[in-house]
Amino acid sequence: MEFFNSADLLHALPLIFLMSWATILLLVAAFARAASERIMPALAAAGLLLTGYFAARQFGNPASAFNGMFAADGFSAFITLLLVLSGLLAIALSSDYLKRMSLNRPEYYVLMLFSITGMMLMASAADLIVVFLALELLSIPLYVLAAFAQPEPRSEEAGLKYFLLGAFASGFLLFGIALVYGATATTSLTGIFIAAQSGLEQPLYLLIGAALILVGLAFKVAAVPFHMWTPDVYEGSPTSVTAFMAAGAKIGGFAALIRIFIVALPSISEQIVPVLWALTALTLIGGNLLAIAQNNVKRMLAYSSISHAGFLLMALVVYGQDAARFDVVASALFYLLAFIITSSGSWGVVIALEKQAGKGLEFSDYAGLGRTQPVLALAMAVFMLSFTGVPPTLGFAGKFYLFRAVLEGEYVGLAILGMLASLISAYYYLRLIVVMYMQTGNPKIHSERWLNLTTVGAAIGVVVLFFASEPLFDLAALALLHVN
Amino acid sequence: MNYFDLVPWIVFLPVLGLLLNILIGKRLGERGSSLVAFLASGGAFVVSVLQWLSLSAHPEAHIVKFAEWINIGALQVPWAFRVDTLSVTMMLVVSGVGTLIHIYAAGYMHYDVRYKGDPAAYQRFFIYLNLFIAAMMILVSGDSYLMLFVGWEGVGLCSFLLIGFWFNKNPDGSSGMENSNAAKKAFIANRVGDLGLLLAMFAIFTLMGSLSFDTVFARAEFINPSYILAITLFMLIGVAGKSAQLPLYVWLPDAMAGPTPVSALIHAATMVTAGVYLVARSAPLYSLAPAAQTTVAVVGALTALFAATIAVGQNDIKKVLAYSTISQLGFMVAAVGLGAFVAGMFHLVTHAFFKALLFLGSGSVILALERAHHPIDGDHEQHHEEPKKGHAFDPQDMRIMGGLRKVIPTTYRVYLIGALALAGLPPLAGFFSKDEILTDALHANPLVYALLTAAAFLTAFYMGRQVLLVFFGEPRSHAAEEAVESPPIMTWPLIVLAGLSILGGLINFPGLHGLTNWLEHTLGHEFAHATEFNLTVALTSTLLALLAIYLAWTLYGREPLKAKAADPLAKRLGSLFTALQNKWWVDEFYGWLIIRPYQRFAAFLADVVDWRFWHDWVHDSLIARGFRGLAVFLANPVDLGVIDGLANGLATGARGLASSLSILQTGYVRNYALMVFFGVVSMLAYLIFFS
Repeated sequence: MEFFNSADLLHALPLIFLMSWATILLLVAAFARAASERIMPALAAAGLLLTGYFAARQFGNPASAFNGMFAADGFSAFITLLLVLSGLLAIALSSDYLKRMSLNRPEYYVLMLFSITGMMLMASAADLIVVFLALELLSIPLYVLAAFAQPEPRSEEAGLKYFLLGAFASGFLLFGIALVYGATATTSLTGIFIAAQSGLEQPLYLLIGAALILVGLAFKVAAVPFHMWTPDVYEGSPTSVTAFMAAGAKIGGFAALIRIFIVALPSISEQIVPVLWALTALTLIGGNLLAIAQNNVKRMLAYSSISHAGFLLMALVVYGQDAARFDVVASALFYLLAFIITSSGSWGVVIALEKQAGKGLEFSDYAGLGRTQPVLALAMAVFMLSFTGVPPTLGFAGKFYLFRAVLEGEYVGLAILGMLASLISAYYYLRLIVVMYMQTGNPKIHSERWLNLTTVGAAIGVVVLFFASEPLFDLAALALLHVN
Repeated sequence: MNYFDLVPWIVFLPVLGLLLNILIGKRLGERGSSLVAFLASGGAFVVSVLQWLSLSAHPEAHIVKFAEWINIGALQVPWAFRVDTLSVTMMLVVSGVGTLIHIYAAGYMHYDVRYKGDPAAYQRFFIYLNLFIAAMMILVSGDSYLMLFVGWEGVGLCSFLLIGFWFNKNPDGSSGMENSNAAKKAFIANRVGDLGLLLAMFAIFTLMGSLSFDTVFARAEFINPSYILAITLFMLIGVAGKSAQLPLYVWLPDAMAGPTPVSALIHAATMVTAGVYLVARSAPLYSLAPAAQTTVAVVGALTALFAATIAVGQNDIKKVLAYSTISQLGFMVAAVGLGAFVAGMFHLVTHAFFKALLFLGSGSVILALERAHHPIDGDHEQHHEEPKKGHAFDPQDMRIMGGLRKVIPTTYRVYLIGALALAGLPPLAGFFSKDEILTDALHANPLVYALLTAAAFLTAFYMGRQVLLVFFGEPRSHAAEEAVESPPIMTWPLIVLAGLSILGGLINFPGLHGLTNWLEHTLGHEFAHATEFNLTVALTSTLLALLAIYLAWTLYGREPLKAKAADPLAKRLGSLFTALQNKWWVDEFYGWLIIRPYQRFAAFLADVVDWRFWHDWVHDSLIARGFRGLAVFLANPVDLGVIDGLANGLATGARGLASSLSILQTGYVRNYALMVFFGVVSMLAYLIFFS
């Protein structure tokens, strides 16, 4: 058996390129420290753009590499593009913020790129071992990033909490992989599928292994009841890291969940779907209910992010239905796109209002924003409406396609639950709009070039792309999983 | 060399002109905007002449497809221009006479807008006039019934706009609604006719699956003749509306409320002849329905006689011409009804010349009196005093005229030519065209011949009466003594038209048959046979015309009418003259038959059904009061008590639940890990024990 060949390297080109680029940047940071502080954001963005270019070229040529451990297909390419987009948005949000908060160390961007590499690998992993590797590769830089504001205690606490609980969750994942291996004698996703088809001696092992893998990944995407770390970590981390984490980690986690469940585990869908259903319901209700009680915008957005994980899980519940399988992937990808843009934009507004030492993050700090900063307030209103799912925003289109997939899978109850959750979410999203427009105050903002550009651009994108939802969805529908 | 591709410009030049006047008309001033309008109309005339030249070389019909318009399943209607000898004849008349009238109007409206106290209306007039030319061109050049209908409605709109041009005035210049009422009357009467044309079009499309002329005519033979009869009779309703035939003619006399150039252009020379054009265009359909042809001919002949009798009893110079127009349209309609399409078209053309001449001449007379009555010092000084209703000076009343031939000789001469042409005296244009109709009628239908001959006799009489009352005798008012001849910009078009009225007979001179041969290319030999000159008919009608003029002279010329004296005809005819003066009470009859019952019905619907029943009882009593009661019930016990309680309870509950859940969020990693552990355990427990 050949270990690998040159074609494999070509299939993994985006990944390998970004990894190498990040390593080079690390060297740049080490040897040209002063210069790198200035040019690092641009270099990182350039690397991402090139990665995106390589990934886009892979569209439409599904292939598998490294003895079936690595899949390069439309799905991974689309996820990579989403990651490039969220990475670029995060860099744009970070560069000014880091300077303002005196955090401008070049390693920040290197860590971000490494983490993105892990997220990309999550989407391409065709073997449970690779999934684990990818998960760690994505997580460890995030732990460091969460604590990046050290010696700020809240940031350190966030990093440590995230690391401890992340390690705990990784244990479940690893244990699950072991059980699946015990049941099927393989870690390859296709191998698991074939083994499950041909009958197992211990089917329960597979089921429990799958459940434990679900736990490990549900932790990453912050599904209730494995979400507890989220508000604390989101609140304690530097806001630009939070913005990146909310989007990127979710993409990676869902990419792995979708690939594992659809490729390897369709045979146990009947048993595992009630668990997924319950997880979804808990996440939807818990995330939304808890968001209501928040007075801190960062925490509110953290819970909001949890609730959106719930919406994304709705797509996964349907994964076993043949009729809906195409739409599961497409609608989840589309929803991720909508979430990335909306979420990054809203974090941009938070960054614009944030002051030193965690001040400027309460709801009351937003009072009067509609009058003093009409553009920023309007952008925030657009993001809140998009989160709620009000047309004409991308968020509406995302929910529309998602609910459609759920109804195609004939999970009417789940769809109704999703509607109710949206309804509850209106309570706290609209509350922010009310505060901005109907209460008086005189908020001060930081007007920084890239920040403004990102925020306003995201707001415009949320509205304008709504009118292009149909072609975007069609594009997402092309991002097929390569099953072999 | 042919210029067929230029044909869309017959529509677009006038449109260009009106757009220019809309956009920068005010800045162009009177001279500029009338020049723009003139050039637009003149340009359309030049294009029409080019079409004529091209067609002389290649006389078969040319269809110039200009744009896709309607493309729905079987309904395919492009905007195509049809250039054939028939349509080009109409184009030449419309744009030729139209351009002359543009020139005339440039002078006439200069005074009119000042007498009406609104000089700013000058540009508006020329905008409407160009719009009319464009719409009329669409009508005559369309290659399908639907395009024809577009123009048909367009000219109807222009007619409405121009009749009501002084929409806040009465015809005598005082403030009031009579002009706009006249416009409404014209519009409504035309809508009745349009309904007929629409029904005809629906039937055509249903039966033949197309609306374009060639296809319809090709398929018509294979259709049950009774359907064709229905179609052509529906079409006749449209003709009666647009061309002012019995029983829908009543709008045309009132249409004289429009400025006189409008009466000449729209209500004499061009628009009202659209019905004649429609019948001539539909010749292949009418030839398949002899009963419809007879009906058309009889309607036309009856109208010709009926309107001629009324014209005898009118004192308003324009009203006489209006009824004369109805009567002459009756001649044309009768002709095309008899299948004498060429004769009808011939009369259409000559009538356009001499009737435009007469109307413009009457405008010149009216203006002459107006200017004598209250002269304007210099062109730019605004003159305006609001006359009182009923006491206004009416420059159109022939009873205050008299002796004008001495003070306005040019107008007198051209008017006399027009009047003699209308009376049908050789060798003027009217003689030849009318004679051809009469000859054809004698061959085809003696009844129609008799009616038309009687009408021709009356025509000569009322025109003799008019000329004698207006131009001969002694002035019967101060204004008539002081009348001022119109400026050259107005008299030159009159002279050109007078020339055309003299020479127009050459178009289809007996023995040469120019128009017959020309139209044969379109109508085919069957419908465009040459009518041989009939000496008996010619002599009869000429003698009758001379007799009528002599009669008029005995009544009005030998002993001219004195100021404030009664009409000598009133003594001879007694109550019959009263009937003529009151137009046989047709308007009153329609009022009794249709308008008043309709108003009563409307009042019933408005007062009783809508107001008392629907508003007072259903809305106020039933719905409003019931709703208020329900609303109070819903608001107080239900909404405040139950709903608000529930909503507030839910909100409080949700917040309470949220804060109690928040208690779990302790911030301690051990508690979080415990939570994860619980989650895993319950999940596994479910999987192991329940599945």
